[in-house]
Amino acid sequence: MEPQPELPARLALDLDGSFEELVLAHQRLVYGLALRVVAVPADAEEVAQDTFERAYHALASYDVERVAAMRLRPWLAQIALNLARNRLRRRPPPARPLEDGDGQAVAVAAPAAAQPDQLAERRQEWELLAELLAGLPRGWREAVVLRHVEGLPYAEVAEVLGRPVGTVKTHVHRGVRQLRATLEAREERTRR
Amino acid sequence: MNRNGTNHHDLDRLEGGWRELADGLHGLRADPPPTLAPAVLERVGLADAFLTVHGPAGPLLVAYNGRGISATAPAADQAAFLERFQARFRRPLRPADRAPQRLVAQVERFLEPGRRGAPPRFDLRGVSAFERAVLAKAQEIPRGEVRPYAWVAGELGQPAAVRAVGAALGRNPIPVLIPCHRVVGSDGRLTGYAWGVPYKRTLLAAEGADPAELELLGRRGTRFLGSDTTRIYCYPTCHNARRITAPHQVRFRGAGEAGRAGYRPCLDCRPPSAAR
Repeated sequence: MEPQPELPARLALDLDGSFEELVLAHQRLVYGLALRVVAVPADAEEVAQDTFERAYHALASYDVERVAAMRLRPWLAQIALNLARNRLRRRPPPARPLEDGDGQAVAVAAPAAAQPDQLAERRQEWELLAELLAGLPRGWREAVVLRHVEGLPYAEVAEVLGRPVGTVKTHVHRGVRQLRATLEAREERTRR
Repeated sequence: MNRNGTNHHDLDRLEGGWRELADGLHGLRADPPPTLAPAVLERVGLADAFLTVHGPAGPLLVAYNGRGISATAPAADQAAFLERFQARFRRPLRPADRAPQRLVAQVERFLEPGRRGAPPRFDLRGVSAFERAVLAKAQEIPRGEVRPYAWVAGELGQPAAVRAVGAALGRNPIPVLIPCHRVVGSDGRLTGYAWGVPYKRTLLAAEGADPAELELLGRRGTRFLGSDTTRIYCYPTCHNARRITAPHQVRFRGAGEAGRAGYRPCLDCRPPSAAR
């Protein structure tokens, strides 16, 4: 899934001829990221469409040199994340735990914690994990999603989030630790 | 760095349950729906979809993308349409998954006789500046009226470019919606139409122009109709010409004849003046 290194150069020379390749190479990242933010698949698809449309018009307006030098993956991820956040602000999904502005400090209970254990047990593991992930404070969640769900290197995660690498690493760590803690607490409860 | 001074940040290097958690998280990567890429390409105008609307001369195929409507064709002609579209535009064209209701409504309202919807947006990439100017002129001709090729050429300030006007109209990618059928021969004959002259005749009749009568006038040598009360002459289908009652109607074989009779050209349909 790593995009070909020469794609930016080809986009610079022939945007219309190479744009489909850009979409195919990055649609999984763009859609996946949008889905983890807006939670509703139909909304995520719209955010993904908007992302690529915006990218197309941006690429069409930039100088050839600028396009050729672009780092497409973090750039697209950043557009997708911004559009997804905007959409969430306009129309928050139902049944989502509250967050503070920074995505810091607020310890959010996993939504499934309130539900009967039996129900949670029957769920697929990924469903549970997705739910726990959705319950993380925003800053942590975005960092975890970019690093561990989408598999971006820390340098790119930092670029997407506009934060220092160290901060991003801390957020990833805290997010993962909270996920781990919640999962362990569940296992404890099940065993008892 | 954490409290113990070891770097636990990178989950990838961790064992056991942490490793499992990392794998679990990576397993959350969602596959994009198969509709995503085609929708994106359509929105930026690198692919098109088509739908069918009710046209004045039968069902009409309408191809469109995010930039506007790109092509039309008679519905009976679907296979040939797909072939011609690919050959001309070199973009994929596929049937619309679900017709965008706003576009269908807008097109049908635009085509509805008597009512005047705003024209839909057109995607005229690949159409030359001259061709665009010709098509824009054709769009100025009101429904139910016709103008000669020479009128279009004259209006564009290139009176000698009559043939080029004909060629440009023949390359109109969006017939019916861009009404190239409203341009006819100077003698009223329905010369040339990409979808066949009978289709042109049906369209004009559906719009309230009377092609048979036009051709009859033309055969008798009548080019303009004047009113002896206003001393103004018009193209025969001009809405002003239609208001001239029979006792006051004067027929002219040319602008020169009208000018010598002391008539001036109508400001709405703008026939050539005698001075030209």
